[in-house]
Amino acid sequence: MTASAPQTAAAAPRSARLALADGTIYRGTAFGAETALDGEVVFNTSMTGYQEIITDPSYAGQIVTMTYTQIGNVGVNPADEESHRPFLRGFVVKELFDEPSNYRARGSLSAYLAEHGVPGIAGLDTRALVRRIRDGGAQVAVLSTDRALQDEAELVRRARRAPELDGRDLVAAVSCEEPYSWTEGRWEGILGQPPRPRRPDRTLRLVAYDFGVKRNILRLLVEHGFEIVVVPATTSAADALALEPDAIFLSNGPGDPAAVEGVRENVRELSHRKPLFGICLGHQILGLALGGRTRKLKFGHHGGNQPGQDLATGKVAICAENHGYAVDAESLDSVGESVEVTHKNLNDGTVEGLAHRERPVFSVQYHPEASPGPHDAAYFFARFRQMAERVADGELVTGAEIARGWTPPVTEGS
Amino acid sequence: MPRRDDIHTIFVIGSGPIVIGQACEFDYSGTQACKALREEGYRIVLLNSNPATIMTDPETADRTYVEPMTVGTVERIIEVEQPDALLPTIGGQTALNLTIDLCEAGVLERSGVKLIGAQLDSILKAEDRQQFREAMERIGLRVPRSGYARSVEDAREIVKSTGIPAIIRPSFTLGGAGGSVAMSIDELDPLVEWALAQSPRHECLIEQSVLGWKEYELEVMRDSADNVVVVCSIENLDPMGVHTGDSITVAPAQTLTDREYQEMRDASIAIMREIGVDTGGSNVQFGVDPADGSLVVIEMNPRVSRSSALASKATGFPIAKIAAKLAVGYTLDEITNDITRETPASFEPAIDYVVTKVPRFAFEKFPGADSVLTTQMKSVGEVMAIGRTFKESLQKALRSLEIGHAGLERPDIESDADLWQNIDVPCPGRLWAMAEALRRGATTRELHERSKIDPWFLRNLAEIVRMETSLSAAAKPDREAWLRPAKQMGFSDARLAALWGMAEGEVRAMRRKGGVAPVYKRVDTCAAEFEAQTPYLYSTYEQECEARPSDRKKIMILGGGPNRIGQGIEFDYCCVHAVLALREAGYETIMVNCNPETVSTDYDTADRLYFEPLTLEDVLEIVAVEQPDGIIVQYGGQTPLKLAVPLEREGAPIIGTPPDAIDRAEDRERFDALLEKIGLERPPGDVAHSPEQAHRVADEIGYPVIVRPSYVLGGRAMQIVRDAGELSDYMRFAVRASPEHPVLIDRFLADAIEVDVDAICDGERVVVGGIMEHIEEAGVHSGDSACSLPPYSLSQEVIRKIVAATHKLALEIGVRGLMNVQYAVKGGEVYVIEVNPRASRTVPFVSKAIGEPLAKIGALVMVGRKLDDLGFRAELEPPHFSVKEAVLPFVKFPGVDTLLGPEMKSTGEVMGIDSDFGRAYAKSQIEAGNGLPTHGSVLVSMRTAEHRGAVEPIRMLAASGFEVIATRGTAAVLAEHGIEVRTVNKVHEGSPHTVDLIDAGEVDLVFGTVDADRKAVADSFAMRRAALQRGIPYCTTLAAARASAAAIVELRSGSIGVRSLQEIHARIQRGP
Repeated sequence: MTASAPQTAAAAPRSARLALADGTIYRGTAFGAETALDGEVVFNTSMTGYQEIITDPSYAGQIVTMTYTQIGNVGVNPADEESHRPFLRGFVVKELFDEPSNYRARGSLSAYLAEHGVPGIAGLDTRALVRRIRDGGAQVAVLSTDRALQDEAELVRRARRAPELDGRDLVAAVSCEEPYSWTEGRWEGILGQPPRPRRPDRTLRLVAYDFGVKRNILRLLVEHGFEIVVVPATTSAADALALEPDAIFLSNGPGDPAAVEGVRENVRELSHRKPLFGICLGHQILGLALGGRTRKLKFGHHGGNQPGQDLATGKVAICAENHGYAVDAESLDSVGESVEVTHKNLNDGTVEGLAHRERPVFSVQYHPEASPGPHDAAYFFARFRQMAERVADGELVTGAEIARGWTPPVTEGS
Repeated sequence: MPRRDDIHTIFVIGSGPIVIGQACEFDYSGTQACKALREEGYRIVLLNSNPATIMTDPETADRTYVEPMTVGTVERIIEVEQPDALLPTIGGQTALNLTIDLCEAGVLERSGVKLIGAQLDSILKAEDRQQFREAMERIGLRVPRSGYARSVEDAREIVKSTGIPAIIRPSFTLGGAGGSVAMSIDELDPLVEWALAQSPRHECLIEQSVLGWKEYELEVMRDSADNVVVVCSIENLDPMGVHTGDSITVAPAQTLTDREYQEMRDASIAIMREIGVDTGGSNVQFGVDPADGSLVVIEMNPRVSRSSALASKATGFPIAKIAAKLAVGYTLDEITNDITRETPASFEPAIDYVVTKVPRFAFEKFPGADSVLTTQMKSVGEVMAIGRTFKESLQKALRSLEIGHAGLERPDIESDADLWQNIDVPCPGRLWAMAEALRRGATTRELHERSKIDPWFLRNLAEIVRMETSLSAAAKPDREAWLRPAKQMGFSDARLAALWGMAEGEVRAMRRKGGVAPVYKRVDTCAAEFEAQTPYLYSTYEQECEARPSDRKKIMILGGGPNRIGQGIEFDYCCVHAVLALREAGYETIMVNCNPETVSTDYDTADRLYFEPLTLEDVLEIVAVEQPDGIIVQYGGQTPLKLAVPLEREGAPIIGTPPDAIDRAEDRERFDALLEKIGLERPPGDVAHSPEQAHRVADEIGYPVIVRPSYVLGGRAMQIVRDAGELSDYMRFAVRASPEHPVLIDRFLADAIEVDVDAICDGERVVVGGIMEHIEEAGVHSGDSACSLPPYSLSQEVIRKIVAATHKLALEIGVRGLMNVQYAVKGGEVYVIEVNPRASRTVPFVSKAIGEPLAKIGALVMVGRKLDDLGFRAELEPPHFSVKEAVLPFVKFPGVDTLLGPEMKSTGEVMGIDSDFGRAYAKSQIEAGNGLPTHGSVLVSMRTAEHRGAVEPIRMLAASGFEVIATRGTAAVLAEHGIEVRTVNKVHEGSPHTVDLIDAGEVDLVFGTVDADRKAVADSFAMRRAALQRGIPYCTTLAAARASAAAIVELRSGSIGVRSLQEIHARIQRGP
């Protein structure tokens, strides 16, 4: 190889462009699929777990920028998938490393994205991009790795024509079409890890609404003794109840909660009938179903280092968050429902948890299933299990009581 | 939970002198903690024997005791100060061990002083390896198989279960001192003996080897409400088997999936809870089997550490400051993150760059030391670099080291076999050897198999080498196009210049022409999620620059780079003082440094911090962005001083003593002319540019001569040469040591007294800050010699001569700021040895002795203030003696001789202050770990010329009840003078000899001097090592023997009192 210029020397990397609706252009090199897709640009501050992020259906409609700069180091592997395929619209990194080094790696990140039609761009000033989003708010962009589509003016025009995330129902695209049962438990782990709680002997039946559910939620519910049927987002309350569940779960998912069609009434109905727990979009939909409002955050919370405080104990969990919308705390006061805020984000005071004072219903905005992220908030699953079990045993327990007077289960070995 | 109101006065223990494994990171942590606690309104009482620290500045604590760090001293301080609580977790292993001793002696219980931060049982659970292992098993975590040995027999039994290789770790030692790896059963016995001797508890752990596993560290913080955060994860490039202090380390962890990382995180939190660290920071180390991810816990430190300092600098999260606040009751969510000023400290920093730490070694100082890296730490300093990618940060770190590398230069290794030897066995040059192996066609797979280093690091290394190949092949007209990709990968201009056969300046010019310049990004704890209020910056080659320089009047201070022998914490102390003084005077201060252990690189020391290599290229780029009004290069030691002339040539505004004046003092011929002009004498000498010339010069001035390369600090390659044969040997070595500079040859003034002077000059007035009389005679490097301020034996006339000479020198050179002069006094005559118109190693010591901040005054003079206006008009005469003693690292280097010479070998220093010389010297000896006995026996073996000189000190000891044992020649002279003496054989005379006696524990003190010929040195070597191994004080000079005898007499006359610096300074008479 004769080295004439860097562009031709380094195995001829393809160029790529990220064009924001405000006219800013970022130039870089392409990886993943050769295509051009539009989406809302968001950034995630997790330093590990890019594969879980890529396969999280909550990122449907979004182009995700990783703030950490060395991505791809550990490749991809089947156990770390959070759904059957990526739903995000593009992936932005400072440096892609495509020769993975980890005993669990089964392939490279670039090949994985290519296989699933997701374009990636590397080599740009991702910190400049993140600062632009932070200061100017989330915005729509086009990411093109298409050799034939690198004209910057054209890409900006496309970005301006692309739909905003606000007001779009993205759940329909990611939810399952048919009900199915889920039995897989959590990753078996490694030799030498801390002991885990024992799975309860008694199983409870659970109907899980799939708004774009992450697998690790289902895995952890299995670990807490739930026998799970996952149902499509639009499943009616009657159909759900016909499955004779002990409890209902509302999953995470993408997009604007207020735009999700045909679920609010079902959730409202179910919240009167069964113990119910919601995570992320499920939490927002519960808030809406109870008569509250949601609002869009400037650039959202996306990362694994957010401080989530449990207001009952004052304890702070470092948690994984991934949301661009939040339940408006004041809107809940004005409706007749007796709901209290149980958790908040200490960085900006955002509502992160709700519990009903009269019914066995609670929810959390962040991700107790982590994946990626710290396990500090995993106690929500144990709370849910306890609430469902007590209701199943005929006790009248409310979400707020659970939030206030909860005692952690004993871990083996401690 | 709010601040505790039940405590008012807090006793803080510092870490004492700088030693290998415990360096200035504890000054950084300790200073932060003291500041944080005083902010909260607590009264702080501090004990630390190290004068070269910001922590022992009288402003840092309310009461500062620079006293021996012993149970007795603490007891007396407690009586005087009546503290309510003691914080043991910010002074390293020294503070923890002293705390354990205090608890065991019942001192804390008797005085009602409560421990805060960590309780005794937690400290013991973490520090005692047996207890730690049991604790880990209780919470279901794995530790390597191991057993506890108190004897060689125990060890042999234990290896039956652990297998060989086995790791040997003595209990309660710092920096892994005494630790090793037994690679075969034959090696076991001697290594276990060594480990047992090093352990204060005479115990060691024999542990299953996890050599070659990946090594990680997590920095964890916990508050009293049981909130836990992991501040930083660190991955070691060097796998298990190399002490983490000697490993190249990278933050954050690079080769873990989130699943594996979170299991490790969970484990670290479980460990915090089980060990019961109530509040504060801890460091947890893990080993990971690369084959299946299995996890073992290696150890945890329930205190701030070298790694926590690194983690603080790497993330912007001030662990020690927050640990201090947690210790007095706050919870993490009640503390604000300084950098964002709007979010709480209860979060985990997210970083959007890669941090690489590379250790700096000093094996060239210790001929005979084994440079193989093991579980016992051997490095003396470190650098940290920040880049957006690992490749960039690694290459920035390599040029920060200042070991003559601008990047991954080809090592001077011819044969492939030798090359692989440097890869198979961990050693300081391994990285360069691996790059070279890649150039010679090795694959990353082969490198991984041989070194066990994770393939991720090796592939990055291979990318750098590939880029190098492309760069070398680039035709001249194409080079400009290669600049940006090369700079993004961290290549320095100097490295590019070497690859392209150009001058560094030409590469810089090409870059300027092409508009290829770095931008500066902020370290903000949050990956830009929130706006950073603190300008903590690093360079990279991207689009957006966040420097946002101000238009204030500003001064830039260049730091000292990595700690090394000869350039350590003293220079960082001076830089910090310059910052503090100039900030107070209304200037914006800009700090540039790359040493993560320091106070200067705390983000709130200067107004703006650039964490950057101290090379011409990197500094010029910052100058271009900041446009400072002045640059101080005279405070950071040789590192910034070397840049003075090139910076000035590029138009950078150097302030203070001009570079030309510095050159006039350093250049031999110009300096001789200067001395002649002002009528001062120096020992005869000349410059030699070749071996032939060297011989001519030496013959002319007569042997013995002292030879050294020009432009050196810490006496690098300085040697006393007694004949032509030795000179030939030396020239072969010295010319290699410093190819660009000639060799200086001077007459060696045998038996002269050396004197160090620090002074300040504003161009009109000169004030001598302090005159220090060395205790060891000329020939021992000033950094290794003990010294006394004021002089303890010089006549008033000699002192007057020294002051006058200093005034003349400063005015003639045109010093603006600090100046250090070394004199030799012989026969009442004063000779100038050298002049350094810059901050010296002794500035902090002098400042503490006289109660005036010399470095601050010097900095203000540099920006144009006058000494008259600053109120520093005349020399001070303190009514007490201050003795500085050097602390030496020989115990870390088995097989190395402990004899002192003109090449500096000490890593740190201590200070003893008392009303008379003997007591001050005695304190300094206790602090330096040479605790003098008050009874017992003294073994004496002096060189012939000193037999007579030994009589007086030995008579004093005999009169104090010491038994006197001496070798034949010495014994005869002592007997002649009526001293009762028992004669013993020298080693070569056969058993029972001196070493047998030392080994049998029959000796409590040794006075041993030898003629500097090789045979005599070799003969007495075993004696010095035996004493070192058993921790017996050993005076290798007659002067030290005299001082020790005087000190012992003082010690016997009563217990030593304590007095705080604040009190001592208040007694100093100041002029009008």
